[in-house]
Amino acid sequence: MLQDKDRIFTNLYGLHDWRLAGARARGDWDGTAEILARGRDALVDEVKSSGLRGRGGAGFPTGMKWSFMPKQSDGRPCFLIVNADESEPGTCKDRDIMRHDPHKLVEGCLIAAFAMGAHAAYIYIRGEFYNEARHLQAAIDEAYEAGLIGNDACGSGWDFQLYLHRGAGAYICGEETGLLESLEGKKGMPRLKPPFPAAVGLYGCPSTVNNVESIAVVPTIMRRGASWFASFGRPRNSGTKLFCISGHVNQPCNVEEEMSIPLRELIERHAGGVRGGWDNVLAVIPGGSSVPVIPKSVCDDVLMDFDALRDVKSGLGTAAVIVMDKSTDIIRAIARLSQFYKHESCGQCTPCREGTGWMMRVMNRMVQGRAEPEEIDTLDQVTRQVEGHTICALGDAAAWPIQGLIRHFRPEMEARIAAYKARTAQPAPPMPMAAE
Amino acid sequence: MEPHANGSTGDVAPGDEDWQPKTFAFDDISEAQVARALAKYPSTRKSSAVLPLLWIVQHQMARQTGSRWVPRAAMDVVAQLLEMPPIRVYEVATFYAMYNKAPVGSWHLQVCTTTPCWLRGSDEVVSACKRFTGIQAWGETSADGQFTMTEVECLGACVNAPILQVNDDFYEDMDAETTERLLDALRRGEPPLPGSMRGRQTSAPEGGPTTLTTLENLGGPYVPLEPAE
Repeated sequence: MLQDKDRIFTNLYGLHDWRLAGARARGDWDGTAEILARGRDALVDEVKSSGLRGRGGAGFPTGMKWSFMPKQSDGRPCFLIVNADESEPGTCKDRDIMRHDPHKLVEGCLIAAFAMGAHAAYIYIRGEFYNEARHLQAAIDEAYEAGLIGNDACGSGWDFQLYLHRGAGAYICGEETGLLESLEGKKGMPRLKPPFPAAVGLYGCPSTVNNVESIAVVPTIMRRGASWFASFGRPRNSGTKLFCISGHVNQPCNVEEEMSIPLRELIERHAGGVRGGWDNVLAVIPGGSSVPVIPKSVCDDVLMDFDALRDVKSGLGTAAVIVMDKSTDIIRAIARLSQFYKHESCGQCTPCREGTGWMMRVMNRMVQGRAEPEEIDTLDQVTRQVEGHTICALGDAAAWPIQGLIRHFRPEMEARIAAYKARTAQPAPPMPMAAE
Repeated sequence: MEPHANGSTGDVAPGDEDWQPKTFAFDDISEAQVARALAKYPSTRKSSAVLPLLWIVQHQMARQTGSRWVPRAAMDVVAQLLEMPPIRVYEVATFYAMYNKAPVGSWHLQVCTTTPCWLRGSDEVVSACKRFTGIQAWGETSADGQFTMTEVECLGACVNAPILQVNDDFYEDMDAETTERLLDALRRGEPPLPGSMRGRQTSAPEGGPTTLTTLENLGGPYVPLEPAE
């Protein structure tokens, strides 16, 4: 188990002062100018060797992402964009960083922006986080007043402006190019890539979009060293990580733990175990709603990291663990996610716009059992028509939960259909029902 | 035509919406906020300020009328100020679910029913809201005009599920009983402090943290911000 001395977010639960004085007591803003004095390349190398992978879901190596930014400016400014549009069902870790440890994020912004040659950064926070935005804005104001950011930030000679921008309720703005569109004052419709944001991002300028947690851990990595961070978790999955444990556990909570901790240990040690005991587990969604569900047999010994969860055809995603016990109507649980993706599809790409609605309607029939057994295959095929055929990953995210359901809970779906047939004792209507 | 439900998909096309105010003007408080918002973006990229300005409108409407929404006349004012075609502002106002395109009750109940909240009993919260307010369906406003109930997607506070967002504040760890107690307090005009309705420390496990128990000198005590507005 991770020891307290190795935890980065020491005010995770908001027991202590979240303002500058409290942050300084916890070690933030200590020697920031000396960190910047190491130079751009050294900072990028430090992040690379720490093994930090993006904490927003995709797990792309953060240092490598930073290195895509141009070394020499062609006259265009560069931007750091922080993705604080935390909206993936199950996920609520960035919220705690912003309301309880906002200076970790503000200092991280300065260091990351410097490392990528950016003099300005925008933090895009979801609109619902109104009170979190007020904390973060207060922290930004304090940092300006103390000369920690602004012109000659921390006396380093580097000019750095930091702005907070509130969204207004659109999951799709958590997709990096949808976020950029939104920040430019448009509907959050994702852009085709390439060009990637590092070449053409905000206002047509080189930009890097990073998750809140990815940026907020950077100052500590700089102070304690890449090898310290890399000493936690398995190779290629290193570091500490904020986990969000929700659903049918005795004590749902957020907690910072070591990467690669076994799922069962995570739940039993910190969340008071599963309601009714471990044997009462039906399934777990291990990384936010977009990753496929895993059944108890997999949960028993799977490790919580990128590679281990990929190997069981799921994913670490945002490390948001949604636990479902045996009382759960798993078909309804996944159908509700289909409703989510239908609501949040931006409508730009046909497979997603039409597919999410179609999948939701079929899933709602599956909840009742008002379907033919063959339609399970049709549904599976349709998820594969949507997956990979859209500009952004929302299409994939809508498809995967259903694929996971069919992979692991097909017998339940078939039983539901059989029960419905037995109850109504009439032939279910034929295929075109799907389009109703 | 009557203002229909708070429409996250509300129609803003010009037409027979005689309930829409004919004009809108930013008040002094808003003017200062607008200036601060505009300063965040390059002067050639004013349209970036469209989301912030629509927020300022919605909050001004709350101050002036007790109902947080964005009238079409205000969208036109925003369009003019940001030198955008009005349709671009209508587009944005209708794309983002949090802008109300029609008046809502003074307490906007935004109930999360996404899977993590549903697993923890959001159905109970919905039933309690209906029972207490007399609202029958999503988007309706209660007969006394105090409450509007909207179904919202994941609010991002899942370890404190189920969540009921009232105007800007999250009420967490809800059940039927605490929902009724909350609504009763709101009806009396006495909103309780936001956060866990079971008295739990934010996102820590109930009964006390399992971590961060051995460290010292973590700063002074937590002091909340003064409530806004």
